[in-house]
Amino acid sequence: MSDSAKPTPPSANDPSASTTPTSPAASAQAPPTSNEGKASRNQIRREQRRVLFRSPAFIVGCLIVGFWILAAVFPSLLTTFGEKDFVPAGSNSEPFGDSWLGTDSSGWDVYTRVIYGARPILIVAPIATAAAIVVGTLLGLVMGYYRGLVDEILSRILEALLSIPVILMAILVVVTFGNSRPVIIGTIGLLFVPAITRTIRSAAIAEADLDYVTSAKMRGESGFFIVTREILPNVVGLVVVELTVRLGYAIFTYATLAFLGQTGGNFTDADWGVDVASNFNQIVNDRWWPSIWPAAAIASLVIGVNLIADSIDKALKS
Amino acid sequence: MTTLEEPSAPAQQAALKIDGLEMSYMVRGTARSVLRGVTFEVRPGEAYGLVGESGCGKSTTAYAALRYLPSNGVIDAGTVTSDGQELTAMSAKELREFRARKASMVFQDPVQAVNPVLKIGRQVAEAFEVMGQSKKQAEESALEALKRVRIAAPESVMDRYPHQLSGGMLQRVVIAMGLACDPTLLVLDEPTTGLDATVEAEVLDLVRDLREELNSAILLIAHNLGVIRTMCDRVGVMYAGRIVEEGTVDEVFDNPSHPYTKGLLNSIPRHGLQKTDRELFAIPGTAPQVGAHLPTCTYIDRCPIATDLCHSEVPPIVERSDGHWTRCHHSDRLDEVPEPDETEVAFDVGTEEVIGVRGVSKTFHQRGHDVPALVGVDLGFAEGETLGLVGESGSGKSTLAKTMLGVHSPDEGGAITLRGRKMADKATDRIEESVRAVSMVFQNPDSALNRSWTVRRILKRSVVRLTGVKGEAADRRVEEVAEAMQLTPRHLDMRPRQLSGGLKQRVAIARAFAGDPEVVVCDEPTSALDVSVQAAILNLLATLQNDERSSYLFISHDIGVVRYLSDRIAVMYLGRIMEIGATATMFAGVNHPYTEALLSAVPSVDGVAENRIPLAGEIPSPANPPSGCVFHTRCHRAIEGLCEVTEPDMVEIGPGHSIKCHLTVEQLSEPLVVKERMLAEVADDPLVD
Repeated sequence: MSDSAKPTPPSANDPSASTTPTSPAASAQAPPTSNEGKASRNQIRREQRRVLFRSPAFIVGCLIVGFWILAAVFPSLLTTFGEKDFVPAGSNSEPFGDSWLGTDSSGWDVYTRVIYGARPILIVAPIATAAAIVVGTLLGLVMGYYRGLVDEILSRILEALLSIPVILMAILVVVTFGNSRPVIIGTIGLLFVPAITRTIRSAAIAEADLDYVTSAKMRGESGFFIVTREILPNVVGLVVVELTVRLGYAIFTYATLAFLGQTGGNFTDADWGVDVASNFNQIVNDRWWPSIWPAAAIASLVIGVNLIADSIDKALKS
Repeated sequence: MTTLEEPSAPAQQAALKIDGLEMSYMVRGTARSVLRGVTFEVRPGEAYGLVGESGCGKSTTAYAALRYLPSNGVIDAGTVTSDGQELTAMSAKELREFRARKASMVFQDPVQAVNPVLKIGRQVAEAFEVMGQSKKQAEESALEALKRVRIAAPESVMDRYPHQLSGGMLQRVVIAMGLACDPTLLVLDEPTTGLDATVEAEVLDLVRDLREELNSAILLIAHNLGVIRTMCDRVGVMYAGRIVEEGTVDEVFDNPSHPYTKGLLNSIPRHGLQKTDRELFAIPGTAPQVGAHLPTCTYIDRCPIATDLCHSEVPPIVERSDGHWTRCHHSDRLDEVPEPDETEVAFDVGTEEVIGVRGVSKTFHQRGHDVPALVGVDLGFAEGETLGLVGESGSGKSTLAKTMLGVHSPDEGGAITLRGRKMADKATDRIEESVRAVSMVFQNPDSALNRSWTVRRILKRSVVRLTGVKGEAADRRVEEVAEAMQLTPRHLDMRPRQLSGGLKQRVAIARAFAGDPEVVVCDEPTSALDVSVQAAILNLLATLQNDERSSYLFISHDIGVVRYLSDRIAVMYLGRIMEIGATATMFAGVNHPYTEALLSAVPSVDGVAENRIPLAGEIPSPANPPSGCVFHTRCHRAIEGLCEVTEPDMVEIGPGHSIKCHLTVEQLSEPLVVKERMLAEVADDPLVD
């Protein structure tokens, strides 16, 4: 594990080294060892990166997610139609015939709808996750470091939040505060705060037990300094993993809300969840394509994000 | 590779014979060689020790003895034979059978060797069920086995879960399980490393007694030379995957014939050596990493007498005397190995008290209970003085350290003073002068250094924070401090995990000295290090003390190390100072009974087997301390009707030498008759909460 990271400076380790007759081998080895230390820090990073970039899961994940990001930013690059254009194939055209993925009962091209549908989900999910990560990390660090009464109270509140089913909670909030986009982002973010907080909190508790924190207290450092400068850098890896894992969940949660018609906006706008909802009753008429393709798109994006999350986690642990 | 012909070897087959064993670990697709031709045998009924620094392949050898290899371990060459059976050629089924009936292993950490959700009785019985006994039989055998390892109250222990037992008792349970099959071969891998000195002594006693009963051969792996010396008949010194010297323990330790053995022995403070006598000898350089390319002698890079011959040829086995051999081309030139300077070093201890600990008590409140961790502790540190602090785990040593440093606040009435002025309790409330006056070096540098900071940042933060200098002046100071620790500028830009254990500890020491402290608390600073590195760190601490005139509170389990560095020694038990006195006085004779027992527990590398005073049972819980003298439950000199009633006062029995005991000096100097009771059974309740 750490064997590549140990420098072996023969002269620096020992006061008596200078008084001992140096063997030819020792002196011959000196120059290469002095470079070894500097290289090894980069080596670790480079090795981690190599493990990451060479892992097939990461490559596949990046291709999938990359494709959907492209679709969200420049949909017109991937399709010639607009999301609400009536296409020549007419309505209810089967896939792989006149139209690539078929058309729905309104006469919209399913492929075009899927491409345009990437945008809302890729706006809401990352922003919500980022907000949740920031709040969750800060809360977790503070609770894990200070412990005590505040931690007890916050822990109980977070547990209460965790015990309510996510979707139920989301619907409640959205119904109460309206279904504008900021509310939806805030809701999804809030829902993910407890889980993130718990993960970061337990990591912070472990860190706070280490002697470097004691040492900082002994020099009279403030709690703010200890939390943000001493502990935070040591849990950053975990934060990155949390971020990617939660992003997958956020995508799924947004899609569910959209499916349930809680995301508001115009239902004619392309949105994977909305499209699944408005077309799934067609499955019984053997017209599966208008709902299955957007559903597959949701699945592929979640899988892509999770593939990236898993490979980052693995690379950090290697 | 020829095995050594043993003219006196008995006709019996060796309990373990390892012949030319070469092994490597696959790390990310490359083979890293770890054993480079290990050859030795353990005869029936013999105890064979393997010593060496970490990473030399001791544990790998131990596991290989049972062919219990990690998934990435590959045997490249050689054979392992036990009792005529070749393990290296066995099928999986035969191997399982062999491990069940012929061999056992005891691991370093007993807590990890037992299943936390099974009762002790069940686990021990399982070992017998594997042998084919019925449930009921196994149950009885388990109780017998627990009695055999002299566990107190075996019936009640059967019904306990592992977390309810102390480390020492658990290790006994593990040994009992290991002995279930009456093994021909018992492998002990650092069996006492995590235990207190007194518990260690008890476990070693047990193993020694069992050896006589069982006639099983023992392979003992230890890094502690004293343990090997007191336990083993013969010893093999390992270095970088090869045995470099082998012989009887007396021969090897009194008459070492390999430069490595010699260096190793020179690096530990022996024969009551003190810092004023001379510096310790540290072996230059560090041990090669697993997988290093070492085609000839493995020790060449660190050997002071290596020649061109050593670089071109593998050294042969050179016989020194009967059964004592060394793998060195130049075993006749060993007197050229530089000896440590015999020049005496003057240590100037001031008279004025710098830091004082005045009537400090510390009570923790846990779930409505009061747990007194410190009770009325009084200590003073003169300029340039080292005060050694010894005592078992749980005696309050670290709490005292943390109270001095303002992590815990003492109870009402106690105070930490700096040149007579009371300091604030909490470090955050202390003025700058007070904060910088006390600093600390921790036991484990991995935990003590922030792993995401560079060395430079770690040191600079302390410099800025404690001395108030900023900018370039702070950078200069960082470089100065680093230089004083023999750290090169190159090390400053590294992160802790890129440094070896010794270098990490140097960084930790550098940080402690960044603010020019008056007192540095050293909490077991060398216990995580190999002996040769330990020597360098102790030398560094001594040198720094002389240069900076700072005082040390030196906490350690290792009596030899404490004796080497300390001017005075304090002995702590259940949060109370039981005895304090000048180092020379402490080792001269009259001691508190607790000190007496502590001192006698140390396995010495000098091989003088002294009469050991066993300490009965475990240290009582501080939450529920015994009445009267807190030590009376384990005291071998306790006076009935007095000691359990009244707590004795601190009495000065000589200049600067005080003890907390009812007994008079005359009574204490009477030679002690070790009572049979204490060896055989432990009377008090063994369970620790």
